[in-house]
Amino acid sequence: MLELAIGIILGCCALGAGMAMIAGIGPGIGEGNAVAKACEAIGRQPECKGAVTTTMLMGCAIAETTGLYALVIAILLIFLAPGRFVNILLESIR
Amino acid sequence: MEIRSHRFRVVDILLLCGVILPPVLGMVIKILTNSPSGGIEISGARIYFTLDLPFQSLPITEAQVNSWLVVISIFFLCLYLTHGLAVKAVTKRQLLAEWIVKTTENMISGNMGDYFIKVARGAFAPFVAGIMALSAFSSLLSLLGLYAPTSDINVSAGWALLVFILITYYKMKCGLPHYLKSFAEPVAFLTPLNVISEVATPVSMAFRHYGNILSGSVISVLVASALQGLSSMLLGWLPGFLGDIPFLQIGIPAILSLYFDIFGSLLQAFIFAMLTMLYVSGGFAIDDWELLQAKKKQKLQTQQ
Repeated sequence: MLELAIGIILGCCALGAGMAMIAGIGPGIGEGNAVAKACEAIGRQPECKGAVTTTMLMGCAIAETTGLYALVIAILLIFLAPGRFVNILLESIR
Repeated sequence: MEIRSHRFRVVDILLLCGVILPPVLGMVIKILTNSPSGGIEISGARIYFTLDLPFQSLPITEAQVNSWLVVISIFFLCLYLTHGLAVKAVTKRQLLAEWIVKTTENMISGNMGDYFIKVARGAFAPFVAGIMALSAFSSLLSLLGLYAPTSDINVSAGWALLVFILITYYKMKCGLPHYLKSFAEPVAFLTPLNVISEVATPVSMAFRHYGNILSGSVISVLVASALQGLSSMLLGWLPGFLGDIPFLQIGIPAILSLYFDIFGSLLQAFIFAMLTMLYVSGGFAIDDWELLQAKKKQKLQTQQ
């Protein structure tokens, strides 16, 4: 019974980590849009390539933040949460 | 001092040793304390020892030690670059140092406006250049196989806190009432949202930097271990010890490292410095500050 409970905890942590990374879709689309628009802008006005590139990188970094939040959650779920949840389970049994 | 003199060269070599020795020391410490383990593992910063302080014990971790080493290395690098400065540049390194200073000041004047280059110039350009160099060199430390301090949340959270204090200082420059009033803008009932977004600034800065570097190292390790498995599956039939050598691991992870370690590190350092500049200049209400200064001046004149 205990093995089953621990197995469920581990499996659910892994599933949760995988589902958290669905958030990667958002930044992907957003950054793709940003780069596409930057390419258009450079094509229209090649002389402001430097400024456009800098602004685009900044925007990409900020758009990436939500994805990185998801990544942090996923990393916590994989490396930190299982041990902690199993400890809670064992303590509640004892 | 004469450029070609014997003494100049000796000091040069000593300074270069100061640049190179800290990373080497870090590698030596890593080799000495590394417990031999088979396979590839992903782990946090190793704790070297714990200091017992009155209120709380203070663990000295790999990330801390490595960031001290980076600080020492950058200190000697700066000394080396500015060694033998002359009014008319005679050494290549002086040109490099001048280029660094000029680029930083151009960046600040371009992104932050005139106030920060004229009034707060002596204070701000070194800070931005320093945080950029620290971040870049810390992340590049992973090229040497050392633990990059920036892949520890505590290090980047510390920097973000520093930047947050700076932002708040510039926001409070127009007086405490002005600072408190800025939360109730544009409408009063938005105050909770403004407070949340104020707190989110350092959190997002810390997570962005740490997440980018950590995800790079995690993906590198995963790809390396996958290549190990793949090569033992495909090339395991080779006779003798040839079958044990993971041939696919040679060279292929280096391409990933080029992106994650070099490009990612430098980009994140640049972005961290850029965000610092943008947040500080965005938080400082220059018009109100000038108005305040003019009022103070007028008051002084009427008193006289």
